Amino acid sequence: MASIAIENVVKTYAGGNTAVHGVSIDIKDGEFIVLVGPSGCGKSTLLRMVAGLEPISGGEVRIGDRRVNDLDPADRDIAMVFQNYALYPHMTVRENLAYGLKNRKTPKAEIEARVAEAARMLEIGQYLDRKPRALSGGQRQRVAMGRAIVRKPAAFLFDEPLSNLDAKLRVTMRAEIRKLQKRLGTTSIYVTHDQLEAMTLADRLVVLNAGRIEQIGAPLEIYHKPASTFVASFIGSPAMNLVDARAEGGMLWFGGVSVPLKGAQGPVTLGLRAEDLRLAAPGEAAVQLRIEHVEELGAQRLVHGMFEDQSLTIALSPDVPLSDVVPVALPRERLHLFDAVSGKRIEARAPVFA
Amino acid sequence: MTAISAKPKVQAEPAKRVQFDNALLPWLFLLPQLAVIVVFFYWPSVQAVQSSFFIEDPFGFGSTFVGMANYADALASREYRRIASFTAVFTVLVTFLSLAIGLLLAVKADAVIRGASAYKTLLISVYAIAPPVAGLIGMMFFDMHIGPFVQMAAWFGWNMQVGLNYFDTAFAMVFVSVWKQIPYNFIFFLSGLQAVPVSVREAAFIDCKNGWRRFRTVTLPLLMPTAFFLLIINITYALFDTFGIIDVMVKDKPANNPITLVYKVYNDGFRGNDLGGSSAQSVILMVVVFALTIVQFRFLEKRIHYG
Repeated sequence: MASIAIENVVKTYAGGNTAVHGVSIDIKDGEFIVLVGPSGCGKSTLLRMVAGLEPISGGEVRIGDRRVNDLDPADRDIAMVFQNYALYPHMTVRENLAYGLKNRKTPKAEIEARVAEAARMLEIGQYLDRKPRALSGGQRQRVAMGRAIVRKPAAFLFDEPLSNLDAKLRVTMRAEIRKLQKRLGTTSIYVTHDQLEAMTLADRLVVLNAGRIEQIGAPLEIYHKPASTFVASFIGSPAMNLVDARAEGGMLWFGGVSVPLKGAQGPVTLGLRAEDLRLAAPGEAAVQLRIEHVEELGAQRLVHGMFEDQSLTIALSPDVPLSDVVPVALPRERLHLFDAVSGKRIEARAPVFA
Repeated sequence: MTAISAKPKVQAEPAKRVQFDNALLPWLFLLPQLAVIVVFFYWPSVQAVQSSFFIEDPFGFGSTFVGMANYADALASREYRRIASFTAVFTVLVTFLSLAIGLLLAVKADAVIRGASAYKTLLISVYAIAPPVAGLIGMMFFDMHIGPFVQMAAWFGWNMQVGLNYFDTAFAMVFVSVWKQIPYNFIFFLSGLQAVPVSVREAAFIDCKNGWRRFRTVTLPLLMPTAFFLLIINITYALFDTFGIIDVMVKDKPANNPITLVYKVYNDGFRGNDLGGSSAQSVILMVVVFALTIVQFRFLEKRIHYG
């Protein structure tokens, strides 16, 4: 177990293509960090540089107090779980688990004890003598995790480990990974493009975009205070509504509705979470939303509509009656403002008296 | 959301079986294939076995039944045993060297061309050169007048006389045979290596520091199906397909040259007109190859993991 320091790490490919631009993350001992972002944002590259599978073009990675830039992957004291499991197909589950230990000259008795312990923890004891191809996807993923935990490494690195599983299994395995990590207290870096997975697993989230960090923070902190329009649209489902609005003279104007607001001036991007929007009470100032289509999710219903030329999605309880045009009230306390040009968050707030 | 979708009940489907109404129909479909096998394989084999029990009149006027005499003659002959042991040495050398060098080159190429498909195509295109052409070029290396290898050997005081000196001829034979077979092995090994998943290699990188050990414990086992296939192909090549090379090297040369059993079958049968004796030899060869193949499948194949 150890902390991991990623300092100004850069990845530049031979062709001059830069995949990661000076990323720094300080990971505390025992912390569960999730790197999340769309494909091509450099999250996997970053993980692979920590693992040693990809050379580091610039900056420094330290695991514990060792600089690992020039160490072999096998010497970095890390274990990795791959998306497609990467089990050795010609070895039994037992041999798969023992392989890394055997190469490190671990005494036989200890190997056996550790394999038995991992098998018990992951409930794969009955498959120990099978080959990977005789296992289901979920079982293979357990073996892959077993291979990581028998080594008792300083850190676990997960590269989209649940992407190949079906939706139901993904939810169960997600919970199991979290429980296991809590129990072992091993520092973990987890890469995913699934924001739900990221939200539920992370102690801290790192949102990456085009090789740069957009925001680092606890899942709810990021959810409630996205640092940019990119983060706002990426984290949370359905994605946050981003509409054009205007701030003028201490008021925020959006579609004829105004809300008192300080700290902004000129055109801004207004962020509204679908679940923060509600139908306006009679007589209340409201945006008239023309309904385009409705998604029934059971517990709630997502209403997609247009206001002038801007689209809005609101989450409503399924028993609210709908007509073609509904009045939508703006939640004064839950407005997110972003710079219309840079997309960066503007700290503005509604005056308390309003 | 997708979370609602229930897990489908998977049932093992019974193997798809085509039912024929008419019992003769499947045989009709098999007939062309069977005909080819019978005409080009079984019939000559039966002929060979049959004529191995006869002594043929050199002018083809008649034949006399002699029982096992042809076999006894062949096996008792010192010359036959000498050629048999040369064939064994030759086959082992050619198979081992062409497999080993092919694998070495493939491993080195694989390290370079992961992903670079243009380069891969370039390397594989060597395979498009017709083997006889390659063989002929190979033999020109050892030509006594213009062969560059003969000249190079001369620098070290080795007066190489391919076709005259037994050892020199054997050396050239092995060299050219190996040289001609390397591209074939190279391509199969290379595609076998490329089929090893990248993530499995990477997992091995994390689990094992030592490169040679990693190769031995992860890459090589996954390469074994390819290697086993190539082993059989290469033994067959060394035993039979090297005929052309041997022929070019020893034809019209003095008698004291190494030849393999297949070449002796040809020599005795078509040069010596001893059809019976040569048939007996080819039957012996057939039995040996048959036995060899069974041994390989029985003892080697069991230890191979097929993906």
